[in-house]
Amino acid sequence: MSDLARVPSAEVGLPLDRLAALTRGGKAYLLLLPSLAFLILFTYFPILQVLWSSLFHKPYGQAQAGFVGLDNYARVLQDEAFQRALVNNLVYALGTVLPSVVIALVLAVLLNRSTRLNAVLRGLLFSPTLIPLVAAAALFSFVFMPRLGLLDYYLAALGLHGANWIGDPDIALYSLMALTVWKNAGYYMLFYLAGLQAIPEEAHEAATLDGATWWQRLRCVTLPYLKPTTSFVAVIALINAITSIDHVIVLTKGGPNNATKLLLYYIYQNAHEFYDPGKATAATVISVAILLGLSMASLKTLERGASHAD
Amino acid sequence: MRIELKPAATVAAALMCAITLIWTSPLLWMAVAAFRPDTGGSIDMASLLPPRHPTLANFAEALESADFLRYYLNTAIVVLGILACQLVTITLAGYAFARLRFPGHQALFYLFLLQLMLVPPILIVPNLTTIVRLGLYDSLLGVMAPYVASAFGTFMMRQTFRTIPRDFEEAAVIDGARLWQLLRYVLLPLAKPGLVAFSIVSVSAHWNEFLWPLMVTSSPENRTLTVGLASFTQGAEGGQQWGLIAAGTLLVALPLLVAFVGFQRQFVNSFLFSGIKG
Repeated sequence: MSDLARVPSAEVGLPLDRLAALTRGGKAYLLLLPSLAFLILFTYFPILQVLWSSLFHKPYGQAQAGFVGLDNYARVLQDEAFQRALVNNLVYALGTVLPSVVIALVLAVLLNRSTRLNAVLRGLLFSPTLIPLVAAAALFSFVFMPRLGLLDYYLAALGLHGANWIGDPDIALYSLMALTVWKNAGYYMLFYLAGLQAIPEEAHEAATLDGATWWQRLRCVTLPYLKPTTSFVAVIALINAITSIDHVIVLTKGGPNNATKLLLYYIYQNAHEFYDPGKATAATVISVAILLGLSMASLKTLERGASHAD
Repeated sequence: MRIELKPAATVAAALMCAITLIWTSPLLWMAVAAFRPDTGGSIDMASLLPPRHPTLANFAEALESADFLRYYLNTAIVVLGILACQLVTITLAGYAFARLRFPGHQALFYLFLLQLMLVPPILIVPNLTTIVRLGLYDSLLGVMAPYVASAFGTFMMRQTFRTIPRDFEEAAVIDGARLWQLLRYVLLPLAKPGLVAFSIVSVSAHWNEFLWPLMVTSSPENRTLTVGLASFTQGAEGGQQWGLIAAGTLLVALPLLVAFVGFQRQFVNSFLFSGIKG
């Protein structure tokens, strides 16, 4: 239909057709206007604004902000807490994306057959996704409590020693990572279950006829088919690793000793606690740059996903 | 297990049950501890066995020490307010991307795509400035404003509209239907699955949101459930009142969990859709 409509105007190119195209365009812009207005106000303009204001510094208590050039960036990059946050976030991203992808995949493969029991188990494993991260953090403040908490109590029953899970600077970040994996793996499992459903049955049948074992079929048939799912899940998990810090606020406040400080928490703290907008804006620009870099790398994957159903 | 999968199906099932039990034990603990009488931080606080004498005392105390009813109301207003605005913006924009050809189509499409990455939390600092300038600081409108437009919802509606055969619309257009009539009487009724799927994702996301409402509100009467829960647990944790924390957490988490049990299939489909289908 759209092709039929396009051919005459492309051939003839009358001004009248161009006018029609413009009015059609006008209607489209009008429909996009409400969305665009809010996207500009809360997504695109803020990027420009934060770029601009990162060049100014207003010391606490002073009325006027003065232009300082790139000074805020220098202060942020030299800030040990920021360097720590950057490293922490890298560790946190790797240590949450990989395990949650692997666990999600394993769970999906094990629960793929549609039996009534599997449906119940899937639902239960998915349920952490539905509770707020703040609620999960509140629960894990008990899970991680030394000696009396859920983890230590049952570890002791097995004759194992517990630890000061969120009080020990060497362990705290890993404990938060475990919480994140617990919260999200069930969500990612859904994508793998859907991915498994989409594998044509003939592929498995052919492999079975060729005498492939269960393990060989998994490695040579299932996993290759799931590649798009994996890259997609990895992108969501990565964005999540940079943009959710609710559990840090509730459980550790970045401590002990900056051990659990993540980028967004650093921003939050400088904006909300230290009242240092210079550092907060410069760190925001750096984080947006990181996120955009990752986006550019993954945009193709996502766009392919978005137009998948065409 | 991998080789003798079929004969050992029972063992595998039992193993999966055990894994699931361990995985969900924090939630199980919440459900049990919330009904357990206050034991004063005794040694078996971590027990997952149901209490011998279940009590609602923890809930009574939670409702007394924090204004949960107000938090429920605020969260409901925020969640439904955002959803109502989004349904309008994403329907219009989704239709434009699905059906209309216009100059800059591709560029605008990418501009929308970009917002999928630049999720609002990363922009809390400049957005807070904007909200203050608009005079919306410490108001529920301020909590809602950044979410009125949704790139994700727009894509979802674009996909949904594309699955509807054009014949339906053409018949309506020939009959002289205007755009709003076309949407109202032809397209939206057919797009209902997409609308429901988006609504579930949107409501879940904003019900659970914490950082932005924390930043943009200051007075207790504007707190949402998550913000209220965070300050509530901070108070109760000092007193080691774990039953109280479990009850408060259950109050916040329960509505979505109940909805999930009731509408499992719709939830799963929507959350899958929320990945724009990989």
